Amino acid sequence: MRVSMSQEMGTTSVLWAVLQREVSLAMRQKGEVLTPLVFFVVIASLFPLGIGPESALLLRMAPGVLWVSALLAAMLSLQRLFSTDYSDGTLEQMALSTTPLGLLVLAKSVAHFLLSGLPLVLVAPVLGLQFGLDERALGVLVASLLLGTPTLSLIGSIGAALTLGVRGAGVLLSLLILPLYIPVLIFGAGAVEADAAGLGAGGHLSLLAALLVVSLFFAPLATTAALKISLE
Amino acid sequence: MTTPAINWFKFASPQSFYFLAGRLWPWFAALAVLLLTAGLWVAFFVAPVDAQQGQGYRIIFVHVPASQMSMLIYVVMAGWAGLGLALNTRVSGMMASALAPTGALFAFLSLVTGALWGKPMWGTWWVWDARLTSELILLFLYLGFLALQSSIDEPRRADKACAVLALVGVVNVPIIYFSVKWWNTLHQGASVSLTSAPSMASTMLTGMLLMVLAFWMYSIAVALARVRVIILARERHADWVQHAME
Repeated sequence: MRVSMSQEMGTTSVLWAVLQREVSLAMRQKGEVLTPLVFFVVIASLFPLGIGPESALLLRMAPGVLWVSALLAAMLSLQRLFSTDYSDGTLEQMALSTTPLGLLVLAKSVAHFLLSGLPLVLVAPVLGLQFGLDERALGVLVASLLLGTPTLSLIGSIGAALTLGVRGAGVLLSLLILPLYIPVLIFGAGAVEADAAGLGAGGHLSLLAALLVVSLFFAPLATTAALKISLE
Repeated sequence: MTTPAINWFKFASPQSFYFLAGRLWPWFAALAVLLLTAGLWVAFFVAPVDAQQGQGYRIIFVHVPASQMSMLIYVVMAGWAGLGLALNTRVSGMMASALAPTGALFAFLSLVTGALWGKPMWGTWWVWDARLTSELILLFLYLGFLALQSSIDEPRRADKACAVLALVGVVNVPIIYFSVKWWNTLHQGASVSLTSAPSMASTMLTGMLLMVLAFWMYSIAVALARVRVIILARERHADWVQHAME
């Protein structure tokens, strides 16, 4: 049955189906998409309150603050990446299907980016304005987030798979994944700073793209290995 | 027909590895004690006082071996982890988990001795130097490994999950190191360099070498002793363990 179905569907349409399923599931539970976004806004707004309203200081800190907030917000939504599919048995069916699990994982990671990374990218300029960034810096910030947040979803999927069905998964996930996010943070926030310093953001953005390409290839493999261990 | 001198796969069974480790670890421990005594003696009494740093420099005899051990152990741990995933051997995962606490200890020791050295030499406990920052991140990676290990109850699953994490970590370590390095040069933070040390006196080098070897032996001895405990704990229902315990 299943074999004939996936033969009929072909790989790209299977990926498309997974993507559509993730998006429509998320649309039914809009809170899941909105909560990390609100979290992002709240965290970024806490920094000026903690540090003080001097605009020069805030301008200097803006890229770092926005990137760290984005990191934490992406982390928040990661736990749900596999857990519901794991508990209702969908994940097992995915592992059994003729489509390689790695491709399905990739589709889920892409969906995670669309539902958690992309909204952050869209909201970030507004927060950037609050910190006093000019248009040029906002453009670089958006570009760096656009290149960086998919990497966060991909690396994060490894951690989500490793902590599947484990006790204290939430805190554990952040302990495992945040150190691996450091390069993305450095080049992401660095892009805006380098641009402001007159060095040009090109180098940093290229490195972000390189990280994205590398994780696009390796992360689904590692995630698949981790998922198979969890499903044993 | 030629038979290999040693059948390595024999030691893939926890039982024979338990007895092998039991025979080996006292030797490594004895070597560690010998080398440590010699190394500390050279470090404290033979090596001359440094012209610029005075007596305070002597902490590097602990600091340098600890730092290099912390990095080496992570690679060795990932090697065991990869072996365990590829060959599905139980002892490999046990070795990886036996190495992790020692690696974390050395990473911590390296940070503490670095801070103790930095205060009189640089006038500060901590600078966001590339090496210090990457050592700190290495400690985080160890802590993540240990946390994942302890939160999964089933040992085989814990081993495999930790193996994936260790391999992901070992791929990331160079990426993290270089990104931190570039971040540091961009920020032009602390302009101190560890590499500007003048050429070392040969006795200093001897002391350092002895200490490095002592730390190697210590790590091997401790890992083997710890893996014996892990094997006993996991195989406690096996007959041979009941016999070995009598």
